[in-house]
Amino acid sequence: MIDWAHAGPSILASFLAALVEFVEALTIVLAVGTVRGWRPALIGTAAGAGCLTVLVLAFGPALEHVPLTTLQLAIGVLLLLFGMRWLRKAALRSAGVIHLHDEAAIFARQQNALRADGTSAPSRLDAVAVITTFKAVLLEGLEVVFIVIAVGAVGHTLIPAGIGAAAAGVLVISLGLLLHKPLARVPENALKFAVGVLLSAFGTFWIGEGLRFQWPGEDLSLLALIAGFFLASWLGVFAARRTMPSTPSTSPATSG
Amino acid sequence: MKTLINALREVYGLFVEDASYTVALLIWLLLVAFVLPHLLGPRFLAPILFAGLALILLENVARSARKR
Repeated sequence: MIDWAHAGPSILASFLAALVEFVEALTIVLAVGTVRGWRPALIGTAAGAGCLTVLVLAFGPALEHVPLTTLQLAIGVLLLLFGMRWLRKAALRSAGVIHLHDEAAIFARQQNALRADGTSAPSRLDAVAVITTFKAVLLEGLEVVFIVIAVGAVGHTLIPAGIGAAAAGVLVISLGLLLHKPLARVPENALKFAVGVLLSAFGTFWIGEGLRFQWPGEDLSLLALIAGFFLASWLGVFAARRTMPSTPSTSPATSG
Repeated sequence: MKTLINALREVYGLFVEDASYTVALLIWLLLVAFVLPHLLGPRFLAPILFAGLALILLENVARSARKR
């Protein structure tokens, strides 16, 4: 029997987080593929995905042996730090304090860097291209794996969380194959905002459970935490807009 | 060795961007875990945990905006 108070937010959090991360990985794979060729780009992608699979198979089952309250506390703290970092960044971007993440600009920058690096002999494997896509897939994928395990393992919703992330992967890969260009129109900051709210709420809830605090309304308080973090970050955006000096930041679009 | 340091830096970056923000969050968690249970009844602890985190977020976003 699925507990929808946990499974619903788990699916949503892993779907949205995976969507953001897969879009970022796709931008780099596309940039490498178009400049240096698809063979090394796909070899690096497959190697990154393989490495992630090994990590999940190696560390996933080990979590079953950790006592529940320890797991709740440890995962809760990591999830909270991760979620609050995203929430802070999304709030600062919404307020215009830092520039929005621009996939098209990152795609162009990555292409220029790869062109400047020169091309390898056609018969040899292009190590720069392989390493670039391997690193992108591994790093962005690591965040997805962390989120799926963190939101799924403690609440016994690993399968729904995995389904959410897999659905995002299928969606992004399909769009990438169809369009052959970065998904610049994805409202990345709105997604990061939503994921930051969900992960911060999950983290706070698990920390409270790990410390054996009494949540008013028990599991339903997760929904109240989601509303509370949304309100707090909206107030943060409002406060940032009021306190920010009138000239906006001129730093270029940042990754992450 | 350089690869290992880079990998650790990447993992650190997943959780920490503004060190003062992360430190504030961790100090608040320690206070809530070890100090506040001696001062408050059990039904207040969970809402207080959330309230402190929300305030830290608000303060940091407003301070970051002022600094730019």
